[in-house]
Order: sequence, then C-alpha cells, then structure tokens
Amino acid sequence: MSRIGVFICHCGENIGGTVDCEKVAETAAKYPGVAYSVDYKYMCSDPGQNMIKDAIKEHKLTGVVVAACSPRMHEPTFRKAVSEAGINPFLCEMANLREHCSWVHLKDDSTTEKAEELVKVLVEKVKRNQPLEPIKVPVTKTALVLGGGIAGIQAALDIANSGHKVIMIEKSPSIGGHMSQLSETFPTLDCSQCILTPRMVEVAQHPNITLYTYAELVGLDGFIGNFQASIKLKAKSIDHDICNGCGDCIAKCPIKKIPDEFNAGLGTRTAVYVPFPQAVPNKPVIDRENCTYFTRDGKCGLCAKVCTKGAIDYSQKDEIITIDVGAVVVATGFDIKGTDFFPEYGYGRYKDVITGLQFERLASASGPTLGEIKRPSDGKVPQNIVFIACAGSRDPAKGIEYCSKICCMYTAKHAMLYKHKVHQGKASVFYMDIRAGGKMYEEFVRRAIEEDDVNYIRGRVSRIYEKNGKLIVKGVDTLLDAYPVEIEADMVVLATAGIANEGSEELAQSLHISYDQHNFFAEAHPKLKPVETNTAGIMLAGACQSPKDIPDSVSQASGAAVKVAALFSKDELTRDPLIAYVNRCGPPTYSTCVGCFLCVSVCPYLAIEKEQIKDRNGNLIKEVAKINPGLCQGCGTCVALCRSKSIDIYGYSHSQVFAEVMALFNERSLENV
Amino acid sequence: MSNFEPKIIAFVCNWCTYAGADLAGTSRIKYAPNVRIVRFPCTGRIDFMLLLKALQTGADGIIVSGCHPADCHYTAGNYHARRRWIIFKSLLDFVGFDTGRITFSWVSAAEGAKWAQIVNETVDKIRDLGPYTDYSNLNKLGVGTITEVLNARTA
Repeated sequence: MSRIGVFICHCGENIGGTVDCEKVAETAAKYPGVAYSVDYKYMCSDPGQNMIKDAIKEHKLTGVVVAACSPRMHEPTFRKAVSEAGINPFLCEMANLREHCSWVHLKDDSTTEKAEELVKVLVEKVKRNQPLEPIKVPVTKTALVLGGGIAGIQAALDIANSGHKVIMIEKSPSIGGHMSQLSETFPTLDCSQCILTPRMVEVAQHPNITLYTYAELVGLDGFIGNFQASIKLKAKSIDHDICNGCGDCIAKCPIKKIPDEFNAGLGTRTAVYVPFPQAVPNKPVIDRENCTYFTRDGKCGLCAKVCTKGAIDYSQKDEIITIDVGAVVVATGFDIKGTDFFPEYGYGRYKDVITGLQFERLASASGPTLGEIKRPSDGKVPQNIVFIACAGSRDPAKGIEYCSKICCMYTAKHAMLYKHKVHQGKASVFYMDIRAGGKMYEEFVRRAIEEDDVNYIRGRVSRIYEKNGKLIVKGVDTLLDAYPVEIEADMVVLATAGIANEGSEELAQSLHISYDQHNFFAEAHPKLKPVETNTAGIMLAGACQSPKDIPDSVSQASGAAVKVAALFSKDELTRDPLIAYVNRCGPPTYSTCVGCFLCVSVCPYLAIEKEQIKDRNGNLIKEVAKINPGLCQGCGTCVALCRSKSIDIYGYSHSQVFAEVMALFNERSLENV
Repeated sequence: MSNFEPKIIAFVCNWCTYAGADLAGTSRIKYAPNVRIVRFPCTGRIDFMLLLKALQTGADGIIVSGCHPADCHYTAGNYHARRRWIIFKSLLDFVGFDTGRITFSWVSAAEGAKWAQIVNETVDKIRDLGPYTDYSNLNKLGVGTITEVLNARTA
C-alpha cells in the first residue's frame, strides 16, 4: 500500500489568494493512500523543502506530490529534495496549482475544487510511479568529421585541439573544399588560398586527426556516444605510403583532356592527377573512369614505368573500414546550379555565359588563365561584362524560393576584381535587392559601386542571345520605371543558386537526420539548436545546412566542435529514463509482442529493432520488437500505436495515465495500490 | 440544466500545449475552471482508448492538443496523433457519438491566449450540448436495447 505525502504550496498569495489551500490539504488527506498532507506558505524555500524531507522520514512516505507551480519550473528542485531524503527522485510529481489553476481562475469554490482534483490526479499517478535510474551510456571520444571544406577543417581542428581524436573523411582526393577554389574573399579581398592552406596542412599534421581522402561514408549505425561508421576508401591506385609526390606520373600521363573539376570545367587535367598544386595530401590518385589502363584493359601503364619509387599499384581495391566514433559533424558543403539550368540564358550553350564559381577560377592566380580574365570561347579579354545576381535563387518558378545568401557579396567582389584587372572595361550588375548584411559587407558593395564604378541595375534579365559574336543581354531597369535595358556583353556571369549536394538525401537517410524540401540538412531548432540535428550526437557545420559564407561556416563549425567537446567531456552520458520498452516474460510467451513491427515504422529515432527469441538449441521461437534505450527519446508514439499493448513507457505508463483519467471521474473503480 | 457545469479533460503534450497553458497562467489570462489538464510527453503518446475511458467514467468534453504540424519536439508524434484522430473521429461518427464533444487542436508554447480561448469555446459548446449521459444510461439499463437508450436520452 502506498504512503503518499501531499504538500500544498500557497506560493505567497499566488496560489493561496485564489485557492483555499488549507481545504485542499484537508481533502487530500482523505484520498486513499495519502499518509500525510500539509499546506505551507513557500514549499520551494529551504524550510519548505525540509518539511518534505522530514515528512518522508517521519511518515515513511513512498511517494510525494508537491502541489505548487508548473513542473517545468520546480520539478528538478523537488525531485532533488526527495532524493536527499532517501527516496527515488522519480517518485515525486507536481500538481500545477499556479499556472493551470490559481493564476487563470477567479477566487471561487470551483477553483478550489479544481485544485483538489488536480492533486487527486497526481496522487493516483505517483502511486504507480516506479523508481528509475538515469540511463548511463559510455562515450567513444572520437569524432567523425564528414567533409574537408573550411567548415569540416575548422570543426576538426577545434575538436582535435580540445584533446579528442578526429577522423576526417573527404570524398575528393584533397581537402580544401569550395574555399580552395576561390580567388579572393569578401569583404577583405585577401587571397583564399593564403588563409586556407595553412589550415589544411595543420589538419594533415595534427597528431589527433586521421585524414582519409578519396573516401566516403557508406553507413552509420549506433547512437550518441556509440556510433559505428563504415567508410569506403576508394582505390587510389597509388600507394601513398611510398609515393613522394614528385609528379613524374602526372607529367607523363597521355590522357590530358579530362574536364578539370577544380577549375569548374574551364581547364583540363590528366587521368593521374593532384586536384590543385596546394592539395593536401599532395599525392596523386588515378581516376579509373578515364585512365586507359582501366578503361582499355591494361593499355598504357606509363605512370608505373616512370615512377622511380614503384608506388603505382593498379591492383588496389576499394576497401571498407569500420570505425567507432562518439559524435559526427556533417560538413559536406553545397553545390551550385549549372548554367544549363537556365533556358532563357541559353541552356549553357553559350561558352561565355559562366557561373560565379567559374569566374572565381578565371580570377584566381592558380586558375586556367593564371588570373587573367579571358573569355572561355576565344581567350579574349572581355571589355563589357554583365553579372546577373539571383540566377535561380528567390525564384519560386524555378523551385528555389530561398536566397542563396552569398551571391550579392561575391557578385560585388567579382565586379571589383574585374575592374581591378581590366581598368577600361565596363561591368554591370543586374540585381533584385542587395542583401549585404554582415560586418563591412554593405561598405564593400558601396565601394564596388562608388569607387570601382560598377553599374548596378535593379531589374531582371529576361533573355540572353548571341548576335555578331556578342551576347545580347535584354533586361529591365525597375528604378527607371521598368525602362528596357539592352547590353552588348562579351561575357556574362550568372550568380547561380547554391543548392544541396547531389546525394545529400541518401546521406541524410544513412545518417538518420532530417532534411528540408531543398535537401539541405535540417537543424534541430532553427534558433536555439542551429548546429545539432534531430539525431543526438550528430552536428551540422557549414553550407550543407543552408548556403553560407565563410565566416558563418567557420562560426557554425566551431559551435559544432564545442557541442562535440562538451559531449566528450564526460566518460558517460546520462539521459532521462522516461523511455519506452517492450514487455518480456517467461516461457512459453516470452513477450506479448506479436511481431507486427508497426512500431518500427513510426519510431522517428529508429530505436526499435527486431529481436529473435531462440531456444537453447538456437531454434527461432519468435521475433519480437526491442527498443534500444540509447536511441529512444520517450515520445511514446509506439506505446499508443501498439495493438497488443506490449509497449509501455516509464513515467507515462498505461496504468499511470488511465489512473489519472479515472481519478478525475470515478475513483471507486480504481484498484488500491 | 442552467446550472450544468461541464467537466472537461484535456490531454496535452509536455512541450507545446502544456507550456502554452503555463503561459496563459504567467500572463494571467482568465478562462473557465472546468478543464483538467493531463500531461503527456507528446500527442503521439495519447492512446485514444483514454478518450473512451474518460467518456465512460464521466467526462462531458475532451480537448486533445499538441504542437503545431512541423513543430513536434519528437519530429512526428503530432502527425501520428492527427492520423489517429481522423480514424477515431470517423469511428465515433459511425457509432453516432457527437464528435463536437471532442476538440482536437494545436496550441504552441507561445499561444497562451489561444489556449484560454479553446478552453472557453469548448466549455461553452459542451454547456450547450448538455451532460454526456449516453454511457451512464447504458450502465443504468444494463445492456440496453437501442430503443431504451433513445428513450432514456429523450426522457
């Protein structure tokens, strides 16, 4: 038989002014199972808490109901107090007499009656509470960082510098990401490579970081603190332990006409290649899709002949390794729409209509033109250049409603870079709005307009077509009352929309994280949890979450790193034990679960798995559901769904919630517990 | 019937509507005292058998409320609750229960005023509908015939 203590708080006048607390305490004393009932001015004060502790000892209480403010306010206070008196904290419940009663009703008998009933409900609940222990799970103090762009680099360095191991995987042969492709960065116009490459080298040399390039995540199992990552190491066909990066193989490779990804398709590369001169690691890989040794059955083999170290290994195979990690930082970056997305701008047919990223390569000193702005079609320096902002972005008709955020700034930068390199040239920018929110950003755009004489035209471009070797750009100036504008341009740069990477949907599914309608990964809360995902232990950094500039990516990466470091600061994680479980019993039933596994399909955390119950000879008796306590967050959706009522949940069990309902109306039908 | 004060039970989720009702409190928004709130982790946890149990044992009206679509603390529990409600409602319609006695709604943690409004509207509505006696009449009659139930209802 339960011995429940009921403690009614006046909260000064807050409850006592409206509710007759003395009467509530008197009524509560008569409820079955209540051993002690009292009212007091301030229950949360030290004397109030001591009153509870003394009563627990004196009256040998088995459970406590504190009828005071909202449990969202003081539940931790009172649970701590009861545990100090020696009873399990989960045997304390709160009835909300303040927010849900005294503050919202007038002083009246009906208000006191409501207070009495709220206490009765919680008394019946707490009688059925079970002592619970917080769940403890060990933590593997190694972080997995997916992606070696600036966000991944920053997160990896921050985690490694806080003393934890990091595994970084990057799908391309070098880390560096999009930032390594940029010429100069806004708003300072400092060279992107100059600030990035030292960080890249630091990653490669850091004792706490293990770097796998040319590698991809193929699967992630487990839960926070205890993930198992399966990583595919793609065959590089070159033994990087032996290779010294001399580059003789690259010089001799006869396959030279492969469009260069690093130069956004503007240059060419060989089949055995290093993506760019400052690559980390600075050792080549063989692109098997283009190398004739692989495409034409062993023909060529020149690289193996010229390699003095004997590092070329055509027989290498893709390898899958499994690594235990405790947390994951997803920093897989973004992509941009190609020019072929725009029928009105020629579907990508005009060679001199290029993307912003291609312009970056033209402007870069390490690019295909060594930093001279030249037209891709004939190599001439364009004398009249047009930039089109919001190419795709903020265009619901194209399915991209959002603002890509970085284009206003990089378009201003491009126009400036062009004017700095081609002094007599004319640069025009078509824009919808200039969104230059950021430190020194607006000033930067003003500089482009005022000092570098870039012609900003507010309006859209309806069409681009070729005529006499010129690109005719037909647009409108909406600040001049929709006056039509026509520019004979030599080159057009489209600030195409930033989009989610190809395959990000599949990656999100293998990580069990959410993604939005544009396939960008979804944060756990748009404001208060911008770096976490809905899956505990998996963080986001950089443009894989939404288009971002470098400072934002770096900030988010450091934020993600702190979250990981905080997770790794303890040897064990403790979690609230209010989770669901599938019942188990002795033979021959073992569990009332019938194995329909409908629960598996509704669990948002993939916490429910199938368990095979076998006899001692290993023969299968039945297959039942099992809930992983490390993954379950305690929403209880499976509990309500289960048709055989085989699933229950601690803290909100069937017996508890039904008793609460019945306590309100028909307590006589309740059994005494 | 003029003195009839309906008993309303509210099944709410911890993260949105419970907090919304807390906000109504901290904002001192007054509403009818007829409602009793029972807290759940999520509307997804709400077993609709509980609604039947409440009606069976004496509730005159019911409120079910949780996070708005897309705001569920557990990603999708409110969607499951909504689907369950659609099926449950059609079952109640089929057996001739007046589903006007059940209010299914979304109240966020920021919507204290909306919570008060929903409670008041529900109380007004149930006051018009009168006490829910179909079940207790059935009890009185044992396993009564439909005519007996109807007679009891019109008596």
